[in-house]
Amino acid sequence: MEPIPVHKGKVAGLNRVNVDTDQIIPKQFLKRVERTGFGQFLFYDWRFKDDGSVNEEFELNRPENQGASILVAGDNFGCGSSREHAPWALQDYGFKVIVASSFADIFYNNCLKNGILPVPLPEKDIQYLLKESARADYECTIDLQEQRIRDDKGFEQSFEIDSYWKEMLINGWDEIDVTLKYADKITDFERNHTA
Amino acid sequence: MCARTIVDKIWEKHAVIEEKGKPNLLYIDLHLVHEVTSPQAFEGLRLKGRKVRRPDLTFATMDHNVPTVNRFSITDEIAKKQIDTLVENCKEFGIKLADLNSPEQGIVHVIGPELGLTQPGKTIVCGDSHTSTHGAFGALAFGIGTSEVEHVLATQTLWQVRPKTMKVNVEGKLGAGVTAKDVILAIIGKFGVNFGTGYVIEYTGEVIRNMSMEERMTICNMSIEAGAKAGLISPDDKTFEYLRGRKYVPEGEDFERAVEEWRSLATDEGADYDRVVEIDGSEIAPQVTWGTNPSMCVPVTERVPSPDDFNTDTEKRAAAQALDYMGLEPHTPMEEIEIQHVFIGSCTNSRLSDLKAAAKIVQGRKVAPGVRAMVVPGSQKVKEQAEQEGLDQIFIDAGFEWRDSGCSMCLGMNPDTVPEGERCASTSNRNFEGRQGKGARTHLVSPPMAAAAAIYGKFVDIRLLEKEPVG
Ligand code: SF4
Repeated sequence: MEPIPVHKGKVAGLNRVNVDTDQIIPKQFLKRVERTGFGQFLFYDWRFKDDGSVNEEFELNRPENQGASILVAGDNFGCGSSREHAPWALQDYGFKVIVASSFADIFYNNCLKNGILPVPLPEKDIQYLLKESARADYECTIDLQEQRIRDDKGFEQSFEIDSYWKEMLINGWDEIDVTLKYADKITDFERNHTA
Repeated sequence: MCARTIVDKIWEKHAVIEEKGKPNLLYIDLHLVHEVTSPQAFEGLRLKGRKVRRPDLTFATMDHNVPTVNRFSITDEIAKKQIDTLVENCKEFGIKLADLNSPEQGIVHVIGPELGLTQPGKTIVCGDSHTSTHGAFGALAFGIGTSEVEHVLATQTLWQVRPKTMKVNVEGKLGAGVTAKDVILAIIGKFGVNFGTGYVIEYTGEVIRNMSMEERMTICNMSIEAGAKAGLISPDDKTFEYLRGRKYVPEGEDFERAVEEWRSLATDEGADYDRVVEIDGSEIAPQVTWGTNPSMCVPVTERVPSPDDFNTDTEKRAAAQALDYMGLEPHTPMEEIEIQHVFIGSCTNSRLSDLKAAAKIVQGRKVAPGVRAMVVPGSQKVKEQAEQEGLDQIFIDAGFEWRDSGCSMCLGMNPDTVPEGERCASTSNRNFEGRQGKGARTHLVSPPMAAAAAIYGKFVDIRLLEKEPVG
């Protein structure tokens, strides 16, 4: 996992609520046995028309959103299935940070485990970011150490993240390595545990 | 000691490491594995030279990709690769697998309880969001992602933040023709698709107590559609009787000892929850969804809403988008919506009792012209039992297709899909855009409602049907 202490990047807006994982990565693309290469299928049914041509109207296809690494969306982002292919696809497409007014639980965790930073913000900030993101050159900086997001126009807001995950992300640690340090404790536990 | 909820009791029994204000390291008693979310996890283990810590606590099956006819000739090369990969991974890491040849194969959330792997008080995980199903037995069961699958394989534990608890209390008596599916749809319809986010829901009250284990599984199954981490029900005599004699359940005296222990898990009188909501079961009618998430549902006797009926701009926009996708006009009576497909199956509603309830409606009737209807039993065992009871013949005589077990049309990752723009009455749990196939329009209903829709080619109020003599 790559460490992400501070990230500055272009912002793309997706003004929708309840964006579910079936939309993020439709199930016909879940059959690969690798972790990579899912970006080409991100939001597939929205990005492409039936005949396979690019749907120019879809937000992420607009010229101003090309090369964005920060995605802003509405409430309950990532609801639905537990498929980790959703964060893999977002990441492979180039997103490092997802900002939304709220996240579905499993998706939120899946992001953290893959080095994507989910940033929950109040609705009014989301509305502001969605509006600003219409500008082609709009950028934000996310400082994970400080737990703050800001732009160069004076917008600044703090966000919540669990300290455990903050440490993991900042250092780019592998969670299994961390847990295996407690292998003795797990063995002790197993000795006394009946399911 | 102060009164505790079942969630408190299970949590405290499984916390390997508990530091205040940090995620706890939670021990996992049962890890269920299927072909779609596991290949990358096994690959991760291989890359780092790690082993599966407790193959004996891990159990695998194949369900999402498998064809439900001609199951041994998988034409989709990539699906076949996932299935073959699971077989190889289970062999390499020493994990029990119910493969396509096994009489125990089926949808992971159907076979766990069926085999008695699912037991009260266990912590159960699976790389699948509907793992909440197992909560019906008083287990703490939740879906995880592939990284977590890898973590559990390697360590038999997970770092977890202790969830908040919510009690959803359903009192009263259900009317005739109203099923568990209608109850859970009505709950999600009333409180929304994310009212459960951050919570484990415990379902209580007279309605829940009166439900069979199968019905309880339907309720817990859809907890995730309310955004909840898990849903569960305190175990009682029905739970124990269901489990008695199942393959992985202790026998004889050990069983009695287990029951004693299980009984003590039930939430104590007067325990506190972070949130409590109440629902009057007697007011619930058979539900049909009209939109693209499970909260967008109304009683079958009502009409498709208009975006103007909603309060906030966001809700109005979401409703308009959903109606557009579903190809529905506001104010259309639900009973006038014509369907072309019927799917009876999925981990929500594919158990023997579901098939029986549907067969009761179907018996002596015929599927409407122009409707394609199929029944996909949740497991090979369900299929076998249904055939012993002659249910297959009732369905086949009426014009239904009778299939082998699997996820099938619940998600259309296999050959079973709904064509673009066509409408399906489905007993599954998700009516998301594209869930049953690109452009497919899904209406979630109970098994008897789906059966009736097959007969009439549109939604009908089964409460009227049940009074009518078969003719
Ligand atoms: S039946 Fe549907 S919801 Fe259940 S496990 Fe299979 S795909 Fe998931």
